[in-house]
Amino acid sequence: MLGGFSEEQIKRYSRHIILPEVGGKGQKKLLSSRVLCIGAGGLGAPIIEYLAAAGVGTLGIIDDDTVDLSNLQRQIIHGGNVGIHKVESARQFINNLNPDIEVRTYVERLNANNVVDIFKEYDIVVDGSDNFATRYLVNDACVLTDTPLSHGSIYRFEGQVTTIIPHKGPCYRCIFEHAPPPGMVPSCQEAGVLGVLPGIIGVIQATEVVKYLLGIGELLVGRLIYYDALNMVFDEIKIRWNKNCPVCGTEPKITSIQEEIYGESCRIW
Amino acid sequence: MIVELDLRGEVCPYTFVKTKLKLEELESGEELNVILDHAPAVDNVPRSLKNEGHKILEIEQNGDHLWKVKILKA
Repeated sequence: MLGGFSEEQIKRYSRHIILPEVGGKGQKKLLSSRVLCIGAGGLGAPIIEYLAAAGVGTLGIIDDDTVDLSNLQRQIIHGGNVGIHKVESARQFINNLNPDIEVRTYVERLNANNVVDIFKEYDIVVDGSDNFATRYLVNDACVLTDTPLSHGSIYRFEGQVTTIIPHKGPCYRCIFEHAPPPGMVPSCQEAGVLGVLPGIIGVIQATEVVKYLLGIGELLVGRLIYYDALNMVFDEIKIRWNKNCPVCGTEPKITSIQEEIYGESCRIW
Repeated sequence: MIVELDLRGEVCPYTFVKTKLKLEELESGEELNVILDHAPAVDNVPRSLKNEGHKILEIEQNGDHLWKVKILKA
């Protein structure tokens, strides 16, 4: 045991330990960190893959879905697991990749009643959800519980990603106060998605999580990356804290998580 | 007190990885002596340590394939 690492861990994490910005101390921080991944689908799969490989000690995964053959066009970790719960499939993947990781699975949907209790157990939340109701619920709960959040979302060939540190930068509602009306934005099931797209966005989210846990580099706080795969363009959009934001503004209208706010459309009034 | 780390049998990059982990346990200004028998490490380890700001006090050859690298922790 050198620096509290087993021989196997020294080998496994050697490429991290060599980095001056990480070292043994940084790797220990990762091993003692707790990250919650919302969803184990398109975004969740690559997020889980890289966070587990990086040695994030506790990975919580919430998803109530089962693996479908149509998922395997992009959700690499679920290969061979059609029909089983995604969280269980993810657990198998993680156990094979890195036995250091404690996996906590939640076979349920995130909702107004469970969100605060679950978030309390984690240092940072990564949103890999595929619908507006969950996205706004996650944002609001992160702001209200002061939990950092990595946001990512994808559509056909485009994706966006930003990092939210509540009260230190803008939140998702500062940018998009309300969800679009139901039916205006088709789901990925209806719209299609390029299989590699969630890999890119999810891995950027995982990068932000690792940086946050290590306390290194510049996070995507107050910045949103917009990625266009067709034209292979990354744009950076500066975003500002909105003093009229319904959840993190000076006079917030949302001060607790109330179920009726998070209907399909996520309109709050 | 001089701390000694015997890395005979270790090859790159683990020679550096283990030296770095040991240095993290020491205080600034403490001396670490690392024993190496892997020739490339005699160049690589001091170079990587200098990159991280540590000082190489001496590289002592104690046989055909045996070296002692004396390091002062930054």
